[in-house]
Amino acid sequence: MDHLLNVTTGLSVLLLAIVLVSVRRAHIRPEYSVTWLIAAAAMLVLSRNRPLLDLLRRLSGLPDTPLTLFLMGAGVFLIMVFRLSVILSHLRDDNIALAQRVAILEYYVRSQREP
Amino acid sequence: MRPSKPGALLVIVPAYNEEGAIAEVVISVRTHVPGAPVLVIDDCSLDSTLDVARRAGAETLALPHHLGLGGCVQAGYKLAYELGFDYVIRVDGDGQHDARDIPRILDRLKTSGCEMVIGSRFAGENQSRTGAVRSLGIRFFRMVLRPILGQPVHDPTSGFVGVNRRALDLFSRSFPLEYPEIEALVVLQRKRFRFEEVPCRMRPRLAGRSSITAARSLYYIVHVLLGVFVNVLRFEGRRRQQPAPKEE
Repeated sequence: MDHLLNVTTGLSVLLLAIVLVSVRRAHIRPEYSVTWLIAAAAMLVLSRNRPLLDLLRRLSGLPDTPLTLFLMGAGVFLIMVFRLSVILSHLRDDNIALAQRVAILEYYVRSQREP
Repeated sequence: MRPSKPGALLVIVPAYNEEGAIAEVVISVRTHVPGAPVLVIDDCSLDSTLDVARRAGAETLALPHHLGLGGCVQAGYKLAYELGFDYVIRVDGDGQHDARDIPRILDRLKTSGCEMVIGSRFAGENQSRTGAVRSLGIRFFRMVLRPILGQPVHDPTSGFVGVNRRALDLFSRSFPLEYPEIEALVVLQRKRFRFEEVPCRMRPRLAGRSSITAARSLYYIVHVLLGVFVNVLRFEGRRRQQPAPKEE
């Protein structure tokens, strides 16, 4: 169990570092990094706080602590992926509207140039 | 390209990699519907569709990147609405639709007052032949749409469609982006707009291949069903009690 918690801690710290470096290099925009940072921090706290993890296990009625940690992590990242899908959908809609507008404006410009 | 008189018609032709068929489509429309401008909306084709369409005498709207059929058609609707056209008829760029049927669709749009007229392979005595898989899909969607639309639709997947200015206004703001034909009917129904079908001839495509291959059919069905379901969820009960707005 301790080994699993240590691995989770290591992965959480690695994720935090990757996100921070990516923000610094402008590979990810700060507004999109916040949820990743919160997710990594949440996993870090859970993996370093055994009483909190046990409390969550009792509250959720799950049979053992590793399963609780796994489900918590999976839940957090599912929410993250869903949020990214929402953002992608908005971006796609914006992108389509912009592409249509560009095409229409180009049409007007060409109409002005051609007799 | 501006509407020359009230009640002006614009024919739009969404096209993606249709260099083999687009010239004949444009020439055919110009021959059978003289006086109506033809707008080819090029969905960022990889071939010379755009140049061929221009040489054939069409106005062109060139999208900066590939949007898919719905985004492509909606771009045409937006431009037509902004320019002030009262009627728009969509003809596919692959040559399957017979331009001789355009006046019949336009006439029905003007006389019936309904917002959309579908050129149907199966309406009335007209019983065109189609592939087994497609035929099965069409029957399935007829069954799904019947209770939602409150009236039968014989050819829900037809892209040979005419709309008036009210539908143009609606579709400029809200139009399905992929596989739009079936979902567009439900979008119309949300606003209590009406549609009718007129029998039309369909021909084999002049060139190219359909984007809906056998392998993509399942994706198509799931996608369209989801789109229909989402649009049904958006129905506004209060609006459904109100009568449809009258033709201006």
